[in-house]
Amino acid sequence: MATLEIKNLHARVAEEDGEQILRGVDLEVKSGEIHALMGPNGSGKSTTSKIIAGHPAYEVTDGEILLHLEEGDFGDVDIPDDARTWNLLELEPNERAALGIFLGFQYPAEIEGVTMTNFLRTALNAKLDEREELLFGDDEEEEEEDVGYDTSPMEGNVDDGEIGVAEFQKLLKEKMDLLDMDEKFMQRYLNAGFSGGEKKQNEVLQAAILEPSIAVLDEIDSGLDIDRLQDVSKGINALRDEQGTGILQITHYQRILEYVEPDHVHIMLDGKVVKSGDASLASELEDKGYDWVREEVYEAA
Amino acid sequence: MSSDQDHLKETDTEARFEFKKEQKAAFAAEKGLTEETIRVISEDKDEPEWMLERRLRALKQYQKMPMPTDWPGQPDLSKVDVDEIVPYIRPDVEVRGGVDDWRDLPDDIKDTFDKLGIPEAEKNALSGVGAQYESEVVYQNMQERWEEKGVVFMNMDQAVQEHEDIVKEYFMTKCVPPSDNKFAALHGAIWSGGSFVYVPEDTTVDMPVQAYFRMNSEGMGQFEHTLIVAEKGSEVHYIEGCSAPKYSAFNLHSGGVEVFVGEDAHVQYSTVQNWSKNTYNLNTKRAIVEKNGRMEWISGSMGSKATMLYPASILKGRGASDNHITIAFAGEGQNIDTGAKVYHNAPDTKSTIESKSISKDGGRTNYRGLVHIANGATNSSTAVECDALMFDNESTSDTMPYMEINESTVDVAHEATVGKIGDEDIFYLQSRGLDDDDAKQMIVSGFIEPITEELPIEYAVELNRLVELEMEGSLG
Repeated sequence: MATLEIKNLHARVAEEDGEQILRGVDLEVKSGEIHALMGPNGSGKSTTSKIIAGHPAYEVTDGEILLHLEEGDFGDVDIPDDARTWNLLELEPNERAALGIFLGFQYPAEIEGVTMTNFLRTALNAKLDEREELLFGDDEEEEEEDVGYDTSPMEGNVDDGEIGVAEFQKLLKEKMDLLDMDEKFMQRYLNAGFSGGEKKQNEVLQAAILEPSIAVLDEIDSGLDIDRLQDVSKGINALRDEQGTGILQITHYQRILEYVEPDHVHIMLDGKVVKSGDASLASELEDKGYDWVREEVYEAA
Repeated sequence: MSSDQDHLKETDTEARFEFKKEQKAAFAAEKGLTEETIRVISEDKDEPEWMLERRLRALKQYQKMPMPTDWPGQPDLSKVDVDEIVPYIRPDVEVRGGVDDWRDLPDDIKDTFDKLGIPEAEKNALSGVGAQYESEVVYQNMQERWEEKGVVFMNMDQAVQEHEDIVKEYFMTKCVPPSDNKFAALHGAIWSGGSFVYVPEDTTVDMPVQAYFRMNSEGMGQFEHTLIVAEKGSEVHYIEGCSAPKYSAFNLHSGGVEVFVGEDAHVQYSTVQNWSKNTYNLNTKRAIVEKNGRMEWISGSMGSKATMLYPASILKGRGASDNHITIAFAGEGQNIDTGAKVYHNAPDTKSTIESKSISKDGGRTNYRGLVHIANGATNSSTAVECDALMFDNESTSDTMPYMEINESTVDVAHEATVGKIGDEDIFYLQSRGLDDDDAKQMIVSGFIEPITEELPIEYAVELNRLVELEMEGSLG
């Protein structure tokens, strides 16, 4: 069971006189758990999610983000003892992904000309490669020999240990069935011309394919109608139930939490997690709004 | 071999030797192409008198015309050294200016071929190291099949001999006259090699021509001429060159392409060219499209020091149409000036231009386009789309779309986007496990996808690999 541990995280916008956004965030998410991170606009929720994934626009000024791994986190891959704890702040975004961190974007990029199938298979193979390298070093990496293209050249080179086209297609079909997604999706270009709902569904699909230990989903409920919200929620629950992913669900509204029931709810204000509780905290927020929390926090201080 | 022939051969060699000596001597004192040079080329090729005359007229044009210098943002041509060409135009060396042996190619070129995973035989052919006959059997079979239908594919020099009537009618007369521009004139004077394609009425050539033809063609010339005549109702896809680098011993390539698209005919001309980085690549390519004919230009311009290339279509007959897809890639020290020209000279004509450019490490790309809609070309439509992708703040990209619209009942659309490769896009892909380089590579492959999807798979693969190598900065 993997644990994401955020301790006293301070961060600012990475430019001269960049605004301080996070002022001491503490959070802990284990795989298999669902956490909701709530708060008004500008409280630092999205920033937190981007920093976990390694976005270069922010500079961490204090604190740390650790990822603790346990045997079994990567199926039957043995995790060496000295590779059980990672300081994510020292890793590139793709290395974090390789160790099981996933960020679901509020506004995913649209990449023309790259089919979903090609993208997902490339990403999955890149992730497996990188993980191997991080866990076991690159000693065994020899001078790479170009073995050419033995399948469709558009799919890239085929290396040993990579997931081939046929095997990948099967995996993909399985995951898409699970999410009730139309197969036509796969030949479309990555997010290009997708509706808001399709983009969100696509984020969940990617998490299903890449099987992260911890998925941070940034306002995945925004802009969805009720049917789509249910579809997406079903997918999120499946991530947890089928593959034991820990979910950090960032949201403004309580609405999605009716479908994705959180084990823990955290409220963020002015760059800090100021209050945590169980699912009932979210209902309380719904009734009383954020001002109530604000008053409570600042009166106490 | 008879003794007569031996004698002839000897004399030839002597003549060549003389020529070489003379030129070398003359060279130091007087720069520039001379009539004598042209005569020797023509004689060596055993050309008919009319071809020699055309060459000489073109030479006069060339000498009269000024270098293009006054276009906004055009590549600097002050280093183009036409004089340097002269000593290489010896009939005893292939005019394409290739090297004689694979081993003599510069390392960076050999390296590129290796990285592209191209077999040595093909490497030789592509780099201009002699003609290869590896696929002769396939070629022969194909050739017989086409010949029965009256289709002709052959080297341009050979066509002058064997299909004199057609060549005489079409060669730099109606489509690209030497007076068109200084480099068309130069080309007309010293052209050599290239391809001749003739497709008779109502004949469909259902596979791309150059895919098998290139293996035993005379290689890519330095001043090669391509003439494609597609008669009424015919259809052909011609592929020129390939994505592998073309090495040239001197610094100027000036090709000419003329395409005649008959009534209801359909021609696709695809080229992906990657020149060694000392080359000035200055070409003239044009098509004349008759009633309801369709011309498609698919061009990838890579490599070279500077490129100026604007494939043009003249939509002459009612309902003629044109489709351009161009892509340019400029790295450090390169200026790729490319685009498209379309003349709508008849009613109901239609054109689309899709231009994509990538620049990195201070490279410069220009889109230079002209759409002309003549008075009377009613109900015509054109749509131009230019997308530029830049890697860094040092690179430059300009869009110069000229539109000359002389008719009111037309539909004209122009759209241009210029963007730096998006940090958010890269981060998105990285968050999915791709490293920085792979993320950029994926974005660029996607960007050029409209062109790769138009090419046969082996060309598309080479193009993708080549772009990948350019992006790694591992090409010379």
